[in-house]
Amino acid sequence: MIAALLRRDLAQFFPFTGSGAALPVVFFIAVAMLFPFAVGPDANVLAKTGGGVVWIAALLAAILPLEKLVARDIELGFFDQLKLRGMAEEAMMAVRLIAHWLSFGPPLVLATFPAAALLKIDGETLQILLLGLLVGTPGLAAIGLMIAALTASLRAGAALSGLLLIPLALPILIFGAGALAREDQVSLGFVAAISLALVALAPFAAGAAIRAAREN
Amino acid sequence: MLAKPPTLSAQDLACRRGDRLLFRRLSFALEAGAACHVTGANGAGKTTLIRALAGLITPYAGAVQREGALGLLDERTGLDPDLPLGRALVFWEQLDGIGFLALESCCDRLGLGNLLEVPVRYLSTGQKKRAALARVLGQNAAIWLLDEPLSGLDAASQALVSELVREHCAAGGIALIASHQPLDVPGMTAFAIEDFAPADMEEDA
Repeated sequence: MIAALLRRDLAQFFPFTGSGAALPVVFFIAVAMLFPFAVGPDANVLAKTGGGVVWIAALLAAILPLEKLVARDIELGFFDQLKLRGMAEEAMMAVRLIAHWLSFGPPLVLATFPAAALLKIDGETLQILLLGLLVGTPGLAAIGLMIAALTASLRAGAALSGLLLIPLALPILIFGAGALAREDQVSLGFVAAISLALVALAPFAAGAAIRAAREN
Repeated sequence: MLAKPPTLSAQDLACRRGDRLLFRRLSFALEAGAACHVTGANGAGKTTLIRALAGLITPYAGAVQREGALGLLDERTGLDPDLPLGRALVFWEQLDGIGFLALESCCDRLGLGNLLEVPVRYLSTGQKKRAALARVLGQNAAIWLLDEPLSGLDAASQALVSELVREHCAAGGIALIASHQPLDVPGMTAFAIEDFAPADMEEDA
């Protein structure tokens, strides 16, 4: 049952196959492409600021899929039908979290290579950046899922979710981008810890949110 | 086929929507083979009753007891709008494990055989309703909760719904149907949800 749901969710959200297309990844690369145009082609400036730009681009890209993440399936009665078959909301949301992360985390990590080339980021920085995104994006996905589930029954939910994600994602951004300026890897440890806590909490929070959405 | 005969019963059920009490002291018990028709005006609480019986919402008071798997049909299809109908139904077939042949015969029965390649969002209202019926039929659940199964259907399809309910109950299933249109099911009990509406506001205060 879980496997069938995961296959379905992945097909729904994965770039190029699902309805969401590759929009977040394209958006991510577009931001990285715009930045050198705005600040000029000075390689020093770009290399210094590039890592932070990639992080901001990743954060903004994480907002894009939120609109369809939960609300559409509530409207479809999809979660209700799963519930009738004995599946807990927490399990549905855990599967959704995995599918959501797989559909934007790894593609963003891959897209970081062309973005790094555009921003003149050197090899060592790129390594920290990739590692940071790899441990940070699950946290971003978890925040996104919780917000999407909470705002699913609101009419202005889509616009609100973007606004809500930004402050909540701040700790990940601070430590993730902060790791680029430090010699040691302590910051990345913080990112991993925050991500882990968020991933563990998100299915329960999101599950409770879609249960509550039924009551009104 | 079934380990235990299905039952569905409610004791002193009360539900509200927002601040408004829709019905109270609603009790019934359905045994295997029983069909029950719930009538009531729009907004009287038929859908709320069905959702409470399905365990999707918590009743304000009272309890629901059921034995057996539930199949729910409401105004939402539960089928992915972007997928072709066949693939959208196959997803539920995988969860319910009835097999492709059974699914195919359900679709043929409901006249969906030539629509399986069509994305769900292109289907008409009646076709969507029939697709959702195919999903319920394919689920092979002992208890059917049908919320307005006849809305949007033509006369032939409406007769087919009655026929399906008759067959389901003859096979030992339970069907509870909320509809303001008549169904042709012999031996079907009926109650109006308005009979359980609170008499006036003072009584509840």
